[in-house]
Amino acid sequence: MSDMTPMHAWRERSVATRKLRSRVFDTFMWLTGVIALVPLVLIISYVLLKGIPALNADFFTQTAPPPGVPGGGLAQAMVGSAMIVGIGIVISVPLGILTAIYLSEYGRGKLASVTRFVAEILLSTPSIVAGAFIWAVVVTAMHSFSAMAGSIALTVLMWPIITRGAEETLRLVPDDLREAALALGVPRWRVILSIVLPTAGPGLFTVVMLSVARGLGETAPILLTALGNDFMNLNPAQPTDAVPLRIYNYAQSPIVAWHDFAWGGAIVLLVVVLTLSIGARILSDRQQRRLR
Amino acid sequence: MLGVLLVAAFPTFRAFGLKFVTGTQWNPVTDQFGALPYIYGTVVTSTIAIALALPVSLGLALLLNEVRSGWVRNPLTVLVDLLAAIPSVVYGLWGIFVMAPALNTTLEPALGATLGKLPLIGRLFQPTPSAGNMLNAGIILAVMVIPIITAVSREVIATVPRDLREAALSMGATRYEAIKMAVLPYARNGIIGATMLGLGRALGETIAVAMLIGNGLGISSSLLAPGYTIPAVIANEFREAGSTGLHRSSLIALAVILMLIALILAAASRMLVRNTAERFAVKLSEVSTTLEQP
Amino acid sequence: MTTTFTIDRLSAWFGSDQILSDIQMSIRPQSVTAIIGPSGCGKSTLLRCMNRLHEEVRGARVSGGILLDGNDIYAADSDPVDVRREIGMVFQRPNPFPTMTVFENVVAGLKLRGRYPRAMLEERAEKALRSAGLWDEVKDRLGQAGARLSGGQQQRLCIARALANEPEVLLMDEPASALDPISTQQIEDTVMQLKDTVTIVIVTHNMQQAARISDETAFMLREYMDRPSELVEFGDTKLMFTTPHDKRTEAYITGRFG
Repeated sequence: MSDMTPMHAWRERSVATRKLRSRVFDTFMWLTGVIALVPLVLIISYVLLKGIPALNADFFTQTAPPPGVPGGGLAQAMVGSAMIVGIGIVISVPLGILTAIYLSEYGRGKLASVTRFVAEILLSTPSIVAGAFIWAVVVTAMHSFSAMAGSIALTVLMWPIITRGAEETLRLVPDDLREAALALGVPRWRVILSIVLPTAGPGLFTVVMLSVARGLGETAPILLTALGNDFMNLNPAQPTDAVPLRIYNYAQSPIVAWHDFAWGGAIVLLVVVLTLSIGARILSDRQQRRLR
Repeated sequence: MLGVLLVAAFPTFRAFGLKFVTGTQWNPVTDQFGALPYIYGTVVTSTIAIALALPVSLGLALLLNEVRSGWVRNPLTVLVDLLAAIPSVVYGLWGIFVMAPALNTTLEPALGATLGKLPLIGRLFQPTPSAGNMLNAGIILAVMVIPIITAVSREVIATVPRDLREAALSMGATRYEAIKMAVLPYARNGIIGATMLGLGRALGETIAVAMLIGNGLGISSSLLAPGYTIPAVIANEFREAGSTGLHRSSLIALAVILMLIALILAAASRMLVRNTAERFAVKLSEVSTTLEQP
Repeated sequence: MTTTFTIDRLSAWFGSDQILSDIQMSIRPQSVTAIIGPSGCGKSTLLRCMNRLHEEVRGARVSGGILLDGNDIYAADSDPVDVRREIGMVFQRPNPFPTMTVFENVVAGLKLRGRYPRAMLEERAEKALRSAGLWDEVKDRLGQAGARLSGGQQQRLCIARALANEPEVLLMDEPASALDPISTQQIEDTVMQLKDTVTIVIVTHNMQQAARISDETAFMLREYMDRPSELVEFGDTKLMFTTPHDKRTEAYITGRFG
């Protein structure tokens, strides 16, 4: 078809070679899928394998045993985790949602940009730095490690996540819902309370679920602030234990019996965290379909 | 927050100045503190992590975009998210008792025996790997970082307009060629941004690293030797750092350094990811939902 | 060189929605064939089946055959990569590769096939750009980013890019619909000039355009959304536009719907 210089090439690639290359690449892509899944499968199975034997009634009801003494459990850690994360949630969720409401419904001016900026900075903060900060401030001021300090450290980490997630959820609520209500003469705050929030409800709940999952799994900030405790402690002003913290300590201890506790703790942690994460995802998919 | 930390860290900076960053001694007894070994360990483990995670994440992100069957794509996406949800302490636990022993007895001696004999890179793999070493820490970091890089890359790649890819295909390109020609150049900046996010995560990871790196002071060229990272040393030593002496402020100084690096990375990555979106006029919120620093 | 291009009992689906059913048509070589019809009538789908692009979308399916020079492009041993080498496509919105220069865009298809001397690539690029009517405007700008050209220029760049591959058939999916009237005119002129070397099939929603530039026209219609489209009429353009056979064709042409 062409009357110009023929395509004598320096180096022509045959179509077969090119297709082969593409097929090799396809294989590589699939391989990466496998590679990514292998650790997941291995981790979950090992945790199940080694953790289930460690679970018994004592595990959930007894506190940390002294070295060399058989029996005992992780009760104080579970209670501690619940307390620390619980207080953290109590602080960060209202704060986060209110901030999100401000940003999405009112925020236009300088304050909004500053708030967003602060949230972005906190979001990129490594968890150990947050812990170090609270350590330097709260722990020093109180002259003691405490659950409260742990909760505050978690708040530093969770607040930006809740704010950002909640803001996005609120933005998903269609504007015409708001406008319809406003057109009826309903005051703005009422519109938010009675219409926007309920519509965004499941989405907000999802955000909270994910933050809880995150907070439960954090070790570093809690290490530096709540320190841990072998005994049950219900006083937020005192050092308190937490499950991930326990796992961290037990895993590195020379006492073999304690390794089993670590695995048991890991199962409990994994079950809770993964359930929350998967639950959040299911809820969020459903919510997205609703709002479409 | 940075301000408060700076104030607390001030004594150290005043005492050592910039030499803090380059000093290699870390001795609470003699009040000599230098950050270099920790910076080195942090950099090395993070580099290993990214080097291992990037190809896998990229392949995975492309796979998730190319696969047509929802039966594969959806479960795979969920599973990758699950990887992201596993707490780092569980990674560390599994690393200590399952991964590290396995690697220490198989892969790493093998590396030492083979690559360790070669002239230049041989120094990276001196035999007799210690139980806790930088390679192990790097590998577990890689696994932890894969979900992040994958998730953001996947979203960036999804913003590549369909007809760009089709234009490449319509010229008789193979799937691989179409990706190379149309998809990757377009998504390149966003992928770099995704990698930076992963890097940020790797730098700040404390627990799994502390459990696997051996916590050995000193700068060794071998990846199979123990090392120490900034987060790890903060976590391990904060208890003994009394309020006198420079120990405490040095630990905080380390935190400051880490924070600064993390901030710079986060800002740069946000710019890059946003750049892809804006350059080609796309909704940003779809891309930014996974921008997080755990 | 004559190329025969025949659509043989072609059907196409998107999931469970059947868009095309048993389409039969024979495209005249070295001419311009237009496919017209109201929105949603499946003309783009038909076009995209011709270079096996339809099946790239999730859930898409094709049955039947399309014969290029007697070879069925949907044969079991036929690879879409080979097919698309012979059948090029220009899309509705100009889509030059944004990270490539003008020159790189034009020779993108050629470079896939091997490493050729620069001189040869430049020769080919010039020829393709001349055929697309773009050479004079960009000959000093070959090193500029392809995306910097105006809309009309970008589209002609895409045409050049497709032509550089020297395909036997060039498919065009509403190539001027995103362009201003002057650029549209330029595209139409280009199409008229190209038809001696390439067989062109062009989908257009603009009837006047079809009447202006095509030799044969196919009119497609999807009357009911739960039934596939029909090829209502197919034949010489001038005849169809003056004395259409089918009532529906007449209604469409006289603007009564669509």
